[in-house]
Amino acid sequence: MKINVNVNVNGQDVSEEVEPRTLLVDFIREKMKLTGTHVGCDTTQCGACTIHLDGVAIKSCTILAVQAHNRSITTIEGISKNDELHPMQISFKENHGLQCGFCTPGMVMAGIDIRRRKPTIEEDELRLELEGNICRCTGYHNIVKSILNAKM
Amino acid sequence: MYEFQYHKASSINEVKEKISSLNDPKIMAGGMTLIPTMKQRLAAPSDIIDLSNINELKGISKEKGFIIIGAMTTHFEVHTSELVKKEIPSLAFLAGLIGDPMVRHRGTIGGSVANSDPSADYPSSVISLGAKIITDKREIESDEFFIDLFETALDDDEIILSLKFPIPNKSAYMKFPQPASRYALVGVFISDTKEGIRVGITGAGPCAFRSKEIEKALSKNFTESAIENVNIPSENLNSDIHASAEYRAHLVKVMAKRAIKKLS
Repeated sequence: MKINVNVNVNGQDVSEEVEPRTLLVDFIREKMKLTGTHVGCDTTQCGACTIHLDGVAIKSCTILAVQAHNRSITTIEGISKNDELHPMQISFKENHGLQCGFCTPGMVMAGIDIRRRKPTIEEDELRLELEGNICRCTGYHNIVKSILNAKM
Repeated sequence: MYEFQYHKASSINEVKEKISSLNDPKIMAGGMTLIPTMKQRLAAPSDIIDLSNINELKGISKEKGFIIIGAMTTHFEVHTSELVKKEIPSLAFLAGLIGDPMVRHRGTIGGSVANSDPSADYPSSVISLGAKIITDKREIESDEFFIDLFETALDDDEIILSLKFPIPNKSAYMKFPQPASRYALVGVFISDTKEGIRVGITGAGPCAFRSKEIEKALSKNFTESAIENVNIPSENLNSDIHASAEYRAHLVKVMAKRAIKKLS
């Protein structure tokens, strides 16, 4: 039996019928057609599916879409304003914080969340904070640099 | 994932009604274990009862020598709570070692304790601090709570409301994380409580347990060297590709020493 879900996606109120077993990441990608949020591992480890639920970073592969009912989500598509990149995105660009780019949406969303919680975070702690985001190009060095230097 | 029906409960009574009327329901706290388990089709409940809307299950308070943590309080909230950091800093420290930030934003203390994962962090603290598990039916002593692998003293229809941690004189937690998953390969929680030294071990056995051997040694001599000659039997410990039972027994001593070092 499908359930109605009302959720604010990137500032827009959306109402959709979903099966209870639909994962939030599938709702975002398949229903909303917002394919910037990636599915890397589907086992809560890699962080490519990281989004913000009411402003807090979560892994969208490990929450049901129905659990987001009456809540707000922000995906990678929702962080730029009027075609202007988010400071975190600018920093990833300037510091070459990516190689293949697959983990990047999750890294950017996690990075924004980390800097929100810890504005003056230092490198050692940041590396620990990133333990839930995996980059298989092993490009952590520039990712760390990008998050540390984002002007936010 | 197999199909199921979803229910968001707004009170404990509603949860109880649903449990008694539905076919094969499962309660969901943060879902950090349940959802991955259902994805792998290792669990296939007919119904999910989501506890996330029940406000009485959330929050942290202090009451007559106890820190009381609501079952639906997240790891992130415990980790960053000023009250927990002040009264039981080792517990706040432990919560910050669970999973990763995104998992800590969703996962809950009640869910972790009810699941009795052999390598979860919280059970060691529950046992070591001598916490009481408050349910909708009764109060369960920590020594009687963890029974076996993913098995606790909870009845099928019993719901954890909160955990009541006695504030210790001092306590420390050290874990050797499994390098990939960050679950505890072995974790040792040592507390100097009103009832004496209590040592909770996770990761090593089928479920968290007390190490009476280390407790005895530390009661006489609260130093790292007291642990040196303790014999940790490996017969009933876990053995898998990550670590043999003997290695886990060894790690128990190493982590215990590190915890003592942290306290002195």
